[in-house]
Amino acid sequence: MAEVLVVTSGKGGVGKTTSTAALGAALAQTGQNVVVIDFDVGLRNLDLVMGAERRVVYDLINVVQGDANLNQALIKDKRVDSLSLLPASQTRDKDALTAEGVERVINELKGRFDWIICDSPAGIERGAYFAMRHADLAVIVTNPEVSSVRDSDRIIGLLDSKTEKAERGETIEKLLLLTRYDPVRAERGDMLKVDDVLEILSIPLLGIIPESPEVLKASNLGSPVTLANPISAPSRAYLDAARRLRGETIEMTVPTEKRGLFGSLFGRRAA
Amino acid sequence: MPPAAALQIVPNTPEPEGKRRQVRFRGRSFMALVLTPEPPTEDWLAELDALAARSPGFFGDRPVVLDVSAIKASPRTLAALLGQLESRGVRLIGVEGCDPKFLDGPNARLAMPVGGRAAGELSAPEPGSVATGSLVVEQPVRSGQTISFNGDVTICGSVASGAEVIASGSIHVYGALRGRAIAGSAGNAKARIFCRKLDAELLAIDGVYMTTERLDPKLKGKAVKAWLDGENLRVDALD
Repeated sequence: MAEVLVVTSGKGGVGKTTSTAALGAALAQTGQNVVVIDFDVGLRNLDLVMGAERRVVYDLINVVQGDANLNQALIKDKRVDSLSLLPASQTRDKDALTAEGVERVINELKGRFDWIICDSPAGIERGAYFAMRHADLAVIVTNPEVSSVRDSDRIIGLLDSKTEKAERGETIEKLLLLTRYDPVRAERGDMLKVDDVLEILSIPLLGIIPESPEVLKASNLGSPVTLANPISAPSRAYLDAARRLRGETIEMTVPTEKRGLFGSLFGRRAA
Repeated sequence: MPPAAALQIVPNTPEPEGKRRQVRFRGRSFMALVLTPEPPTEDWLAELDALAARSPGFFGDRPVVLDVSAIKASPRTLAALLGQLESRGVRLIGVEGCDPKFLDGPNARLAMPVGGRAAGELSAPEPGSVATGSLVVEQPVRSGQTISFNGDVTICGSVASGAEVIASGSIHVYGALRGRAIAGSAGNAKARIFCRKLDAELLAIDGVYMTTERLDPKLKGKAVKAWLDGENLRVDALD
């Protein structure tokens, strides 16, 4: 049975698209059939982060409006076979999304994939609403910073009232993905600590992604960080999070960069 | 004394040469109830009477704004409607949704400036509902959500920053209170607010409010109670 997952946050720039790409790729690497959908119509980014911007012919809006079928619009990843992308349109806006169209697309995808990951736009308007509408599961991307935490809280409230599941009287599962976390700065008090964020949002933790230049490097290369550099600290955190999504129990840690061979030799000699 | 004298600002000390006394202004906001009559007006008035009979004092001293955009009011029908409402003791502070020129004579003062911020639907009291019920909320109240209830409200979780709880009775929060708590909202000076961890944006009882900026910083994060001592809102640690 396909799992529909929305990656959302309320606030912009916290890492929704990066996390969608990284989690999508990580799940696909474990052999799952995954499609990632960009709901940020008019401001599409997921194609860039996935390195597929030059392969977009048809997009989500074309499929929603019935101008193209899914086979024409889905872009298969060149690195991982079981990963596909349904890009957003850059020339249209969120008004082009329709409730019936989005529902039809999601239902059609359910027959083909194990995971349908919806990358929500920032904000709480139409685009974000359609991205969360059919979700079974929500990953709330939050930075350890007060404005991001409050916006996440707002989104959790909407997930509990505006989704199809909530309207049926069921509860949608919500998991926290804390991104751009720097343990040293959190300890100094420059950043909220993990426990502070968990206390405010009171939802289970899916993973802690450490702040790292590797994330930006991967974005600029047009590759999910989990594919660009799988042994980097953020990649290991995303890979762990993906395994938790599949139901595995893995101890929660904040991965740190492993020092290179020279670094560790040096370290040992100095000690 | 001509009536306009009331608006004059009379300095109680003579102005020193070259130095002028400052005029002070204070802002204050009220929650106004907006009534929107629907045609036919007679039926609507009958429904209003039924509501007033079910819950006497529903209008009480509440300020009311009349939005007549749904009925095609002429100056004559509008004056009649205003008379009808006045005879029912509804305290109108303004009329909107019509040409301001329609309001003449003593009603001219009711013309409303454009604007105002909608504050959500207020639910009319259900027939037979008691004024002092109790509501228990099991989930945390998330940012952007409003819990509004006629009676006491108990929140088992936390009230987030940007969320608000409005109760005509007392408010009990067993988690952290980070948003707004407005107790005694329909006029009840005996209402209280209790919370296990105080980090609120605003506390209010019976219209007397306090932003926590003005609060003793020592109380932050503590279990507290808030009550009204005459005109003062007081907050103290529970232990």
